[in-house]
Amino acid sequence: MTEVATTASRPQEFGEIQLEVNNIEVVYHDIVQVLRGVSLMIPKGKIVALLGTNGAGKTTTLRAISGLLKPENGQVREGYIKFAGQMIHQRSGQAIVKAGIVQVPEGRRVFKHLTVEENLRVGSITRRDVQAVREDLARVYEIFPALTRLRHRQAGYTSGGEQQMVAIGRALMANPKLLLLDEPSLGLAPLLVRDIFERVKAVNKEGTTILVVEQNASIALGVADYGYVMEQGRIVLEGPAAELKNNPDVKEFYMGMTEGGGRKSFKEIKSYKRRKRWM
Amino acid sequence: MTFFLQLIVTGVAVGSIYALAALGFVLIYKSSRVINFAQGELIAIGAFITYGLTVWAGLNIWLSLAIAIGLMYLLGQGIERVFLRPMIGEPIISVIMVTIALASVLSGLVYFTPFGTLTARFPSYLPDTPLRFGGIVLRWEHLVGILLTVIFISVLLWFFTRSTLGIAMRAVADDQMASLSVGVSIEKVFALAWAAAAMSATAAGFVVGSLYGLELAGLIAIGLRVFPVVILGGLDSIAGAIVGGITIGILEQLASGYLDQYVPGGGTGEVFPFVILIVLLLFKPYGLFGTKEIERV
Repeated sequence: MTEVATTASRPQEFGEIQLEVNNIEVVYHDIVQVLRGVSLMIPKGKIVALLGTNGAGKTTTLRAISGLLKPENGQVREGYIKFAGQMIHQRSGQAIVKAGIVQVPEGRRVFKHLTVEENLRVGSITRRDVQAVREDLARVYEIFPALTRLRHRQAGYTSGGEQQMVAIGRALMANPKLLLLDEPSLGLAPLLVRDIFERVKAVNKEGTTILVVEQNASIALGVADYGYVMEQGRIVLEGPAAELKNNPDVKEFYMGMTEGGGRKSFKEIKSYKRRKRWM
Repeated sequence: MTFFLQLIVTGVAVGSIYALAALGFVLIYKSSRVINFAQGELIAIGAFITYGLTVWAGLNIWLSLAIAIGLMYLLGQGIERVFLRPMIGEPIISVIMVTIALASVLSGLVYFTPFGTLTARFPSYLPDTPLRFGGIVLRWEHLVGILLTVIFISVLLWFFTRSTLGIAMRAVADDQMASLSVGVSIEKVFALAWAAAAMSATAAGFVVGSLYGLELAGLIAIGLRVFPVVILGGLDSIAGAIVGGITIGILEQLASGYLDQYVPGGGTGEVFPFVILIVLLLFKPYGLFGTKEIERV
């Protein structure tokens, strides 16, 4: 391991903070509390990974940011979310998209009966700058060349990897400043996952900040600058991605590796005790 | 042969009125999965507004129709805002119940106006002598119906395949959550669907009123003819509404032309389309053009 040691250790040191989630509590149906005081900082132009197991509250955190809690009967009860200097946690999803935050939902959720190009066009619904929209469409085809020859195919009849490209492309058509990706690796072959993350990196290089929720910790930390780990509705660990990648607990719990670096055997399950201390 | 062709031509003409009436129904179902039981009332109100504008306000009949369509756009938006919007997120069956209530409320409101008991005709605005092609006769009112249907359908097809808002409406039909994620306003889409439904209902009501006269129960009854049409064509397909409408129109005409003589009392035209419908549904449960779920494994 010859990681270049970065001196930065706090998110502020990676750049100007674009999104600040401060101590939010999210409650569904007025009773089920899912987030218990989550705080995140996302530096502008960087990739931040949000890791954790099933049910840790990662998707809820994304929804709180993107304003998609309301359709699920959820609300931010405590704390605030600040984006580019403005409070956004009480705004509608539409207003948040207009402000520049777009979420790519988990499981891709392409519009199956629309063609690939129509899917992309729906992404531009909040925009009025026709000329720029046209340029962005060309840009999406540049980032995902595979979509060019599929543009007139019904999205429901494309492969899983292609659908993930459509979903990301559709979000890019809204011209986001901050892109939220919910489990882009879900259900894709490892080779495709690597490909998708390459593209995500390319999108980031052009200036879009990215917050990616993943269960595949190693690939997410591979591209990210900074990372947060969630468990049971709380942030339990955070740090620069390079540091997290080498953290023995992260390695063991989220990458399934032993301290020696080998694959973990399911026989050694005593680690749950150590993990419990976090929660 | 002339008799047969005559039945076909009349069938197409009558069917295009059904298609026009069914269009709005399809739009609402397509975007929100709501079955609108108040379509007949919208048809009646649209026709009455046109009548009021032309007879009482003394406006030109075409101008009256245009204004009525504009007013019905507002009414459609209003209905969505008052009755349907609070129901977003509720089970579909509750929303459908609301449209049944809406039908009662709307026809109840019409009874408060002079239109409730009105039986009248539009002042004649078309030549009395029908069009003739060889031995085949076509009433001018029928031609107006066909033209209005063509206009409405062309505009809608353009809207749904070319404009971003129209494509977004189809997107909402596909996946509401995903549409929200890119900032599509579901409320706006539903309101637009209701507005479009009210507008096409007005055009249908105008043609029906021109042909058979204006009378509340008669106009509302046209709303019921919509059901076999949309079930035949597929509940969520505009093309289905057209083909379904014209098919039902032709079947009605053929049945009453050829079968009525064998049945005492006649009326086979009313029944025959339903017989065909039942048989067809055995083989195509989504209707002729209905959307099937795309499942990938």
